[in-house]
Amino acid sequence: MGRYVIRRLLQMIPVFIGSTFLIFFMVYALGDPVAALFGDKAPDPATAARIRKDLYLDQPLWKQYLHYMGQIFQGDFGTAFNGQSVTELMASAFPVTLRLTIVAIVIEVVVGITLGVISGLRRGKSVDTSVLVMTLVVISVPTFVTGYLLQYLFGVKWGWVRPTVSPDAPFSELILPGIVLALVSLAYVTRLSRTSIAENVKADYVRTAVAKGLPRRRVVTRHLLRNSLIPVVTFIGTDIGALMGGAIVTERIFNIHGVGYQLYQGILRNNSPTVVGFVTILVIVFLLANLLVDLLYAVLDPRIRYA
Amino acid sequence: MRGATHAKWAACAVAVALGATACGGGSDSGADRGDAGIVSSSWGDPQNPLEPANTNEVQGGKVLDMLFRGLKRYDAKTGEAVNMLAENIETTDSQNFTITLKDGWKFSNDEPVTAASFVDAWNYGADVRNKQNNSPFFSDIVGYEDVHPKSGEPKAKTMSGLVVKNDKTFTVALKDKFSTWPVTLGYQAFSPLPKAFFTDHAAWLDKPVGNGPYLVDSYTKGTGMQLRKWDGYTGADKAQNGGVDLKVYTDNNTAYTDLISGNLDLVDDIPAQQLKNVKNDLGDRYINQPALIIQTLTFPLYDPQWSKAGMEKVRLGISRAINRDEITKQIFRETRTPAKDWTSPALGEKGGFSETLCGDACVYDPAEAKKLIQEGGGLPGGKVTLTSNVDTGSHRDWMDAVCNSVNNALSEGPVCTVNPIGTFADFRNQQSSYKLTGPFRSGWQADYPLIQNFLEPLYYTGASSNYGKFSNPDFDRLVDEANRDSDTAKATATFQEAEKILAEQMPSIPLWYQNGSAGYSERISDVALNQFSVPVYDQIRVL
Repeated sequence: MGRYVIRRLLQMIPVFIGSTFLIFFMVYALGDPVAALFGDKAPDPATAARIRKDLYLDQPLWKQYLHYMGQIFQGDFGTAFNGQSVTELMASAFPVTLRLTIVAIVIEVVVGITLGVISGLRRGKSVDTSVLVMTLVVISVPTFVTGYLLQYLFGVKWGWVRPTVSPDAPFSELILPGIVLALVSLAYVTRLSRTSIAENVKADYVRTAVAKGLPRRRVVTRHLLRNSLIPVVTFIGTDIGALMGGAIVTERIFNIHGVGYQLYQGILRNNSPTVVGFVTILVIVFLLANLLVDLLYAVLDPRIRYA
Repeated sequence: MRGATHAKWAACAVAVALGATACGGGSDSGADRGDAGIVSSSWGDPQNPLEPANTNEVQGGKVLDMLFRGLKRYDAKTGEAVNMLAENIETTDSQNFTITLKDGWKFSNDEPVTAASFVDAWNYGADVRNKQNNSPFFSDIVGYEDVHPKSGEPKAKTMSGLVVKNDKTFTVALKDKFSTWPVTLGYQAFSPLPKAFFTDHAAWLDKPVGNGPYLVDSYTKGTGMQLRKWDGYTGADKAQNGGVDLKVYTDNNTAYTDLISGNLDLVDDIPAQQLKNVKNDLGDRYINQPALIIQTLTFPLYDPQWSKAGMEKVRLGISRAINRDEITKQIFRETRTPAKDWTSPALGEKGGFSETLCGDACVYDPAEAKKLIQEGGGLPGGKVTLTSNVDTGSHRDWMDAVCNSVNNALSEGPVCTVNPIGTFADFRNQQSSYKLTGPFRSGWQADYPLIQNFLEPLYYTGASSNYGKFSNPDFDRLVDEANRDSDTAKATATFQEAEKILAEQMPSIPLWYQNGSAGYSERISDVALNQFSVPVYDQIRVL
């Protein structure tokens, strides 16, 4: 197990380097950000040249990348154009998005697995059918539609919650955005666990457990659910990274100043330190989440455990 | 054992969920509405650090307008430049100016505003080492090249054209005659700066100190700024409210939602999608008035296929093929006004705006358009491509509409197409490196209410924002003449003469004037936009 973890951690290094280079390259390909700093006016050549020099933009791409990586290893992620350091931006954005992700994941896990178990155990019944239809609807409606709709209904029309989130973004204000963010994944979690449960419910070990006279509750939670959760855990693991990076739409709708918003701003303004810095952290989050998933496998099913 | 881990996990999740809902009870009742007398207003993150000479967009400008008062200030209604800190600005030759300051002005840290506050600030703004976006505003002053050479290190730290005579007086020597130069001094780049700006720059940026009616109470970059009325302010335009809370919004739709649901007092940018509801939602609390902004379609005249002889007919033809009335009504819901010249109605007739200057060239006439284009030899390669960034401002929508209008007028099939560019940065990049081969969007927000600012930077040979590389000796001559003229009315007339050349040559098609649009809550009154479409915050009253 220990060796497995170390091997996995070592594997993260090339992935990290490769992905940062790719992102760097892509942001670079978006073009020179300096012209946009001057608004509708023509950039003053001397000033623009100074800014380029300071941002290291007058160097060839590979030199820029080496310089950037050198900075990163000293803990310096560069500065955004408004003069804030990117580490400062991260310190304000990541906790917010992390809270939003936690809310979304909790909703996803609790509601998704519950619905999945219920419909999986009653396959073909009306409960099952309605859950399937509901999840289909949720999957097919884009996030910005559900976002604006729920914001309008709960925030503006009925006034149950504040339609936007304040800068501190406490958990209480993140419930509605969390639901919006969770919805699509929630539908997948429901469907995945439903299918998995429905398959395993006919398995021999379930029959044995029932035959032994174990209470139904124990059969479902200890035997059936534990074996059925593997695909669901895989999905949720990858979803953590996706939710943190993909909250762009939700964060815009609800005025949350999180990772999605900062990334969006960074891309709009071609600010490579912001984009690469944030994505680098997201890559690490993704890698760690995947590692966690693989470790959880071993916990859930000892047969998967590596030497 | 393993069951226990599961249970713990579930318990943890439930605790988080419960914690979340538990907090849900108490904390959301009006915590952010602020104290009595405070106006809350939407804001966008300023693009650059907040320094007067480095701020060239509306969001940063908004703050500077509350924090600073310069030598002159533009009247919010008429745009007239009236003396603010300047007692008088004297000249005998339109080239050498003596500026005397009024008594009693100070910064909110009690430092007096002296002649040096201006001279130091201007020298700082012009110095290339400080990388200030607005440096070119100082380029008329003698000695600018010494602090801002085209390349290499500057030779000096100060411009020789600026001389402090005493605490209250300084002189400015310009390189050329520029009769309306004093009018430009209302622009924020010319604001005075306190000593604290130079001694502890980082601290100043975190909490800017100015000499205006407000002072900064707190500033969290990317989130918001709280400005409070400064009781020590001695100017005539004291703040009529207790302060302004600027809140950064991720999206103007979200700000609008907050306004409608009562969490925000003022939105100064109504999203295009909401324009159809805005009168219903806000009634007379919706403001829609002309600003000093014009949108045009500029031709890449550096490309011979657009500039060769006879092409002016094609350019005129395209202008006549655009149904401006229909587009401003359908897409912009009358927040744009069809353009009739190359300036803005906000200038007023006296300032040089003219309803008739573009004349027929700006009137929709598909038959005439077709004829003109054929006479001019047809579209280059039989087609035309419009380019703009599409990340903001409904640019995609109006470009599609313009193309439809052109295609319908020519009835030759889809000859007009749209080239959407994802980000403003990328668009600006292609535009300023002269890579575009078809007409592209060019927006212009004037820095100061002068007809000169609508013409010279955009169409003078080699001028800073002349992206189409238009060049016409007669136009240049008339502009020079107008700048030298000390009689303002005559100068304006000469500028209009120059503008008539644009109507004949059509180097860029005037599309529409852009209005400022704002909406406010029932909690506040006396809301108005100035000519730069920025709310006049100091006059807002809280009910």
